Amino acid sequence: MKVLVPVKRVIDYNVKVRVKADGSGVETANVKMSMNPFDELAIEEAIRLKEAGRVEAIVAVSIGAPACRETLHTALAMGADRALLVTTEAELQPLDVAKVLKAVVAQEAPALVIMGKQAIDDDCNQTGQMLAALLGWGQGTFACSVALAEDSVTVTREIDGGNQTVRLKLPAVVTADLRLNEPRYIKLPNIMKAKQKPLRSLTVQELGIEVAARLKTLQVSEPPPRRSGVKVSSVAELVDKLRNEAKVL
Amino acid sequence: MSVLVIAEHDNTTLAGVSLSAITAAAQLGDEVQVLVAGHGCRAVAEAAARVQGVSLVRYSEAAHYARPTAEDLATLIADLAAEFTYVLAPASTFGKNFLPRVAAILDVAMISDLIRIEGPDRFVRPIYAGNAVATVQSTDPIKVVSVRATAFDAAPMGATAAPIEVLEAKPHSDLAEVLAEQLTQSERPELTAAEIIVAGGRGMGSAEGFRLLEAIADRLGAAIGASRAAVDAGYVPNDYQVGQTGKIVAPKLYIAVGISGAIQHLAGMQDSKVVVAINKDEAAPIFQVADYGLVADLFQALPELEAELNRVLAK
Repeated sequence: MKVLVPVKRVIDYNVKVRVKADGSGVETANVKMSMNPFDELAIEEAIRLKEAGRVEAIVAVSIGAPACRETLHTALAMGADRALLVTTEAELQPLDVAKVLKAVVAQEAPALVIMGKQAIDDDCNQTGQMLAALLGWGQGTFACSVALAEDSVTVTREIDGGNQTVRLKLPAVVTADLRLNEPRYIKLPNIMKAKQKPLRSLTVQELGIEVAARLKTLQVSEPPPRRSGVKVSSVAELVDKLRNEAKVL
Repeated sequence: MSVLVIAEHDNTTLAGVSLSAITAAAQLGDEVQVLVAGHGCRAVAEAAARVQGVSLVRYSEAAHYARPTAEDLATLIADLAAEFTYVLAPASTFGKNFLPRVAAILDVAMISDLIRIEGPDRFVRPIYAGNAVATVQSTDPIKVVSVRATAFDAAPMGATAAPIEVLEAKPHSDLAEVLAEQLTQSERPELTAAEIIVAGGRGMGSAEGFRLLEAIADRLGAAIGASRAAVDAGYVPNDYQVGQTGKIVAPKLYIAVGISGAIQHLAGMQDSKVVVAINKDEAAPIFQVADYGLVADLFQALPELEAELNRVLAK
């Protein structure tokens, strides 16, 4: 069984993003970039399924600027078998990404696509569901556990009130939530080995996809700052302020 | 302009987040319809019909809608969507599950986490865990939008009831089956609906540590929340998590105890009206968003707080 894992290059989790002065977006020049943390969970899950003997091959795919190659190297160093880079300079929105991935699925024919539930840049939480819809496949979103069988996958999902377990017919799309697993640290020899693994590059045009952003970003701005508060010196003062100043008790 | 709102409910009660989505819908169009898909949930349809601004309730009843799959809901909604300019649902794990699927079937973009409407096709939404906000313009004929409930007041009950029209259910898809649900049982208010939230972080130290928060939550009629660190450490269940990828809350009062204040946590609570932080680390980022900060060891401060609340609230 083959698993496809899409991975996105995003501003690193620990970077405090800055809005550009002209309001056109956020500052990305000279900013540390990393693999979207939810996609790391997806790669890790695929590797664990392979280690458990349920999966033969893991293909990582990334879509975007040539620099996404770095993100694919991370995926290969973690344990993906080969990688596919689909390049474009155009702005990509979830629906376009889903269409590109659908074309990749047509070439690769995986039994399972595992991907992050959302990217921490646009926070959309859409692509996995959109891909499943375009493919006519079942979806298991916000997964905290994945059990793979011959022709089905059972996914436990984190939902607002607790957990929900669904069984999907294969092929299917699963999106990873925070507690699916803990991604492994990459060992140095694996970084060297990753360079020997196959990485194929092609363009969005070669896949026959026309990218057409439907949402136009008019402006990006800073959120209104919270006014700074005060320090209180005791619990009694805190309760007094909450009752008589803030009037919330 | 007509708007379809997909109601979130448990077959018994219309969820509060649905009322916020109806408020957003009323700002977008003059014709607001609500889809109630479920099983044996006539009471939910009747409740939706009484909400101010709702002109028609579409009621679809089937056994497979009791705990509907995204696959089944998306098919039903996508078919109905052609009649509307907007399709809205709460940006909860319910809405986030099926709404992108609907958008993809319709071949339109989706706008996630709407926090403000600036025009018929202009929407404001947070990005980068709320560290930036984007105004986007949609060029699609049908606009599919998930609504952040904390950004819109709940629609009130109206004087009259809108009609309820039965909508034929679609056949069940065999792509997915719901096998089970394990829901956290709690006597406390639901996190996204609570007026007061008492939240704990890694500083609570253990599941037992959270008992100190429970006593205070019970005294205040508050919900209990947690940071990712506390959930990952196994102190509390995952549905307690407040933050970028957990629940987004905006209560009247948010008391953060032993929470350092990572940006991913702040993203989930920074719209709270009043924020209190109790932390022994004076440099913790949580103090930068707190209206009232108390630098203290929580294991001393919490019993004191409980006693003080008992004293002043008993009067």
